[in-house]
Amino acid sequence: MKKTERIIGAEAVVRSLLAEGVDIAYGYPGGAIMPIYDELFKYQDQLHHVLTRHEQGATHAAQGYARTSGKVGVALATSGPGATNLITGIADAQIDSTPMVCITGQVASHLLGTDAFQETDVISISSPITKWNVQVTKAEDIPGAIAKAFYIAKSGRPGPVLIDITKDAQLAELDYAYEKCTHVRSYKPVPETNIEKVKEAATLINAAKKPMIIFGQGVILGAAEQEFKAFVEKTGIPSAWTILGLSALPTNHALNVGMVGMHGNYGPNKLTNECDLLIAIGMRFDDRVTGDLSKYAKQAKVIHFDIDPSEIDKNVKTDVAVLGDSKDTLAKILEFVQPKEHTSWLHEFRAFDNIEFEKVIDGQLNPTKEGLTMGEVLQGINKATDNDAVIVSDVGQHQMMAVRYANFTHTRSNVTSGGLGTMGFALPASIGAKMGAPERDVVAIIGDGGYQMTCQELGTILQTGTAVKIVVLNNEFLGMVRQWQQLFFDKRYASTEMINPDFVKLAEAYSIPAKKVVKREDLQGAIDEMIACKTSYFLEVMVEKEDNVFPMVPTGASVSDVRLS
Amino acid sequence: MEKKLYTISVYSENNLGLLNRISTIFVKRHINIESLTVSASEIENVSRFVVVVNMTEEAVKKIIGQLEKQVEVIQAYYHTDDEIIFTETAMFKFKSDLLFENPQIQNIIKEHSMNIVTVNRTFFIVEKAGRRHEIDAIYDAFAPFGIAQFVRSGRVAISKEAMNIRKILGEIVQ
Repeated sequence: MKKTERIIGAEAVVRSLLAEGVDIAYGYPGGAIMPIYDELFKYQDQLHHVLTRHEQGATHAAQGYARTSGKVGVALATSGPGATNLITGIADAQIDSTPMVCITGQVASHLLGTDAFQETDVISISSPITKWNVQVTKAEDIPGAIAKAFYIAKSGRPGPVLIDITKDAQLAELDYAYEKCTHVRSYKPVPETNIEKVKEAATLINAAKKPMIIFGQGVILGAAEQEFKAFVEKTGIPSAWTILGLSALPTNHALNVGMVGMHGNYGPNKLTNECDLLIAIGMRFDDRVTGDLSKYAKQAKVIHFDIDPSEIDKNVKTDVAVLGDSKDTLAKILEFVQPKEHTSWLHEFRAFDNIEFEKVIDGQLNPTKEGLTMGEVLQGINKATDNDAVIVSDVGQHQMMAVRYANFTHTRSNVTSGGLGTMGFALPASIGAKMGAPERDVVAIIGDGGYQMTCQELGTILQTGTAVKIVVLNNEFLGMVRQWQQLFFDKRYASTEMINPDFVKLAEAYSIPAKKVVKREDLQGAIDEMIACKTSYFLEVMVEKEDNVFPMVPTGASVSDVRLS
Repeated sequence: MEKKLYTISVYSENNLGLLNRISTIFVKRHINIESLTVSASEIENVSRFVVVVNMTEEAVKKIIGQLEKQVEVIQAYYHTDDEIIFTETAMFKFKSDLLFENPQIQNIIKEHSMNIVTVNRTFFIVEKAGRRHEIDAIYDAFAPFGIAQFVRSGRVAISKEAMNIRKILGEIVQ
């Protein structure tokens, strides 16, 4: 018999979190979760609770923490509006496969279904956007539910899990003992790898004349960066990344050929439709990556490595599917592939790079126009951080510029809302990202629109003293929507122009050192000052108002119809 | 690719909320469910969903992937009509007077080998288990006389091939 202790459900929640190694959680208290907060008060030396200024901020902070640390992020909220405010962050974590455990308080079980004060059916609301969820109405079910939640959140393809705990279950006593969950009988987190498929894939790779790799976040989630690098280097295959695969391979690696997709690089988009073998690793052929599927890599054979069987053939038909954990499958295939170099094929990518540099990049990095460009701000950050910052980006033009122009040396350095495209993500996510990687420079790149969706989290920065560096690239527009209005709606700028507050004063109101840059000659000095600053820092950069992000694959076009202007 | 009727069988844990999770997979993809039944299966605490949909095989394969991705789903299968034995049950209620006024009603009942569930002074109820087209034919035959109430169950189906759920559960545990 395991030794048990008689404690209340709320204490069991905190003890269970501690048993899972949780030392930080983000959240916001309220009526139905007060017993848990009372226990958090008692355990505050062991479990640091970060009070965000909105429950959405708690989820994004938990996501940021999970993305840089590789651990499970934890977010807490009360019932009703507290729970519904978590929904955007949960949906974001689901589509970007981020491990997160959310705990919500719920009205007492005898009130369920009575439209009680702050009652919402968060289980039904969150079902389509959680990997798993459960409502707990009995104190004795709490440790088991939490153990299962952590196991499910982090195993296999990770994702968010929600546990809804009624107030009476938090207050009732139970005989507490904690046992970690190691299996769920209906759940197979990692499919078995068929070695024959590995060999078939290797045969295709060894025979290919123009192979191309597209890698996604699956490399990072599988902690397979070393195995991936060894595979890339042995096979000599040009490797392009999806937005979430970014930083799995250093930017300056000789075989790194840039980003695919709507605002990806010219070469990998063009050559997707010229390669003879497309090797997809831990990515899901999102529509922003593929453009028109009927004109996507039709000439190529396709190999797809993934941990999630439902991704195979979902969007792109594969010739060989290699199921399994990327760390394992990449290690296995390494034995069967022959060492090769694809010099002239790689040269084709570099030739397109030269065209892109001339037509697009040069204008961003070495502008001749008076207005500041987003690209030169990113270049300044690369310089000040020696290409080694964690870049947390929001959603829009600045995000595309951040992922295009930021340089990366280490993995888990790119934190952004990829699949859901959640404006307002970056500021709270940067708080969690910094707490997950306290020794690193964490720079949030945010547009003036998204910043104002969650800028109340400056209060969280003030209260916790988290040294995040906030850069607002201000073009006084919802820039990406404005770009589409310019290109596809005859410049009818419907509700995209922004009249903004004094952002410097706003930061200063939260005791955050702040500066605004409007001239090029002041830019690098301000960036250097920001990075050197030991505390948080706010930098507003006024950028060209009507600049556009190129290259661009317009919606519905083929990736090879990528535009440079 | 042509659309046709597929019968999806889902074996799952018997947990609250799973019906919602499963139905949202169809709703998200704007797929209309033709029929849905949930019941116990041959294994204790394992539920069986039988879902009938009209779609292409390519789409149904993707649905199976999404269903199996659910943590509490043990296994999902899809079958065409010739790969399963299936039936549905219908009940018809009439005013009792009709039985005496219209002898054809009795003929229809006999012709289709229907069961008489109950008869009293005010109403009587007959039932029939069978294929959709049989029940549709009965409905059409009864309709002119005035049906007081009609209800039809969703399809229940058993596959001709074995579904080794016990074996799958055993393998996962190991």
